[in-house]
Amino acid sequence: MILNTVQSAETGRVGRIRAWRRFKEKAIEAFFLANGLFAVVVLIAIFSMLFTEGWPALKRVPLGEWFLSAEWDPTSPVRESYGILALIVSTLMVSVGALILAVPLGIACAAYIADVAPPKVREIVKPVIEILAGIPSVVVGFFGLVVLGPLLAKVFHTGNGLNGVNGSILLAIMALPTIMSVSEDAIVSVPQELKNASLALGATRWQTLMRVTIPAALSGIVASVMLGMGRAIGETMTVLMACGNAPAMPHSFLDPVRTMTATIAIELGETVQGSTHFHSLFVIAFFLFLMTFAVNLVSDIILQRVRRRMGGA
Amino acid sequence: MNARIRKWQEKLGFGILIAATVFVILVLVVILYDIFSKGSGILSWEFITSKPRKGMTEGGIWPAIVGTFWVSLVTVVFAVPTGLFAAIYLNEYAAQNRLVRVIRIAIRNLSGVPSIVYGLFGFTLFIMILKIGLSVLAGGLTLGLLTLPWTITASEEALKTVPMSYREGALALGATKWQTIRTNVLPYAVPGMLTGTILGLARAAGETAPILFTGAAFFWPLLPSFPKVLTTQFMALPYHLFIMATQHHAIVKVRPIAYGTAAVLIGLILIMNAAAVYIRYRFRKKYKRL
Repeated sequence: MILNTVQSAETGRVGRIRAWRRFKEKAIEAFFLANGLFAVVVLIAIFSMLFTEGWPALKRVPLGEWFLSAEWDPTSPVRESYGILALIVSTLMVSVGALILAVPLGIACAAYIADVAPPKVREIVKPVIEILAGIPSVVVGFFGLVVLGPLLAKVFHTGNGLNGVNGSILLAIMALPTIMSVSEDAIVSVPQELKNASLALGATRWQTLMRVTIPAALSGIVASVMLGMGRAIGETMTVLMACGNAPAMPHSFLDPVRTMTATIAIELGETVQGSTHFHSLFVIAFFLFLMTFAVNLVSDIILQRVRRRMGGA
Repeated sequence: MNARIRKWQEKLGFGILIAATVFVILVLVVILYDIFSKGSGILSWEFITSKPRKGMTEGGIWPAIVGTFWVSLVTVVFAVPTGLFAAIYLNEYAAQNRLVRVIRIAIRNLSGVPSIVYGLFGFTLFIMILKIGLSVLAGGLTLGLLTLPWTITASEEALKTVPMSYREGALALGATKWQTIRTNVLPYAVPGMLTGTILGLARAAGETAPILFTGAAFFWPLLPSFPKVLTTQFMALPYHLFIMATQHHAIVKVRPIAYGTAAVLIGLILIMNAAAVYIRYRFRKKYKRL
């Protein structure tokens, strides 16, 4: 009888401790989960903030004007106009220009580092190139302004050299590290058996690289290009400093251009809070967000598919 | 194709790849050389430790360095714990379910959101809605949101390097999950997390767009001490460079100061990167011994 009570008191205490411990464990897990969910909350908050702040302008200006008009002049005393076509075209122009330069260079570097370079060279070259990723965009923009601009002006005999070419070159520098590192990952993760099979059949290392390794890594490489594109579209400081910022439809790469990001950076400080002009900047940011979101999502889907395939192989 | 042509073709192909790599390194070297060679003329102890004078046409950049320090500190204090906790969930607790997939997609997409959009978001949230005013706090938190995806990824990479057997050992001895993480996982992940933190910090210190509307000031020579410093506007190195390069009334005259600012900014970032690489290197060596 006595023994019994002692025992039940004992199990009672142990049980309480166990229950408390279980509760504590659950609470800790919930706490970490909340921090993970924070990322989702921020993403949704950014999206809804851009939309709600842009909505007053979207409501006032007909949808057709945003996309069909190239005239961006929200402060005109005669008639304000909110056409962002020129800004979108400018953004895409310098981004595509950047990719034309950065994609061949980036893939060639990635192929060299991943497949050709001896290990010792790789150990040195890789961190050196990573430094490029660390250079702030404002410094790259400064370089474009004071070095590349005058150089381009001399070569093409046009104005001050702050134009689409300058922007494209700078954005290529900004996008290169992304394209390189993601492509390199893709090339490295091609199974060795594939390459061995090719080499065993008598192909040279070059033929193996071009006809086996790179085609096998192609989806990863495409994803890297998309990510680089996303970076180029979203870059602000470089294009703000080195593109000339004329808010008109560009006719060639030698025209000064003004991107969506630069427009927001230039004009937000000058607008009256609550005006249609103020809200229209959020509309630009909203479409900018949609563009980068789409590009990133596509590259993400490609990379996930690659990972699953490589993991399964 | 005969063997000689193929050999020749291979040499040419590899030559092109090497040329491309050399070219990219050359671009880096040209940028660094230009900034440091033209910036070093003005660099001196006085340039680093004194305030701008005479409408910012003379003097140094000390307030911008201090401002960058404070704003980066806020960034770290906010982003590192949040990133670490999220990473702990993803790497230690998460099952392969839809919720976790959504979290991962959100993180990857956050890292692709343009920095100017973070600037707008910070402006709306901290200035317009929460009304904490243009300040170190608002700028630091905005940068913190921007760096969050990087700190999560870096922390997760660090946690992944801890061998599974460490966890199994603790669990087999009857430790709870949290005890296992606290005693057998986190201590070994610290160097990796430190590396990631420093790299994230280096990137945040160089960002300009997010602080444009959240507190960076043209000229703000006096910063009060902690905690008052959190609620004042600030000068920051990248923003100072932007101002000196494009907005100053005597742009040509202040060009040396702009170069000096760029040199200090890049120098700071290179030092931080070197520190991160060094820690990673030490850490790897230690693991090899284990």
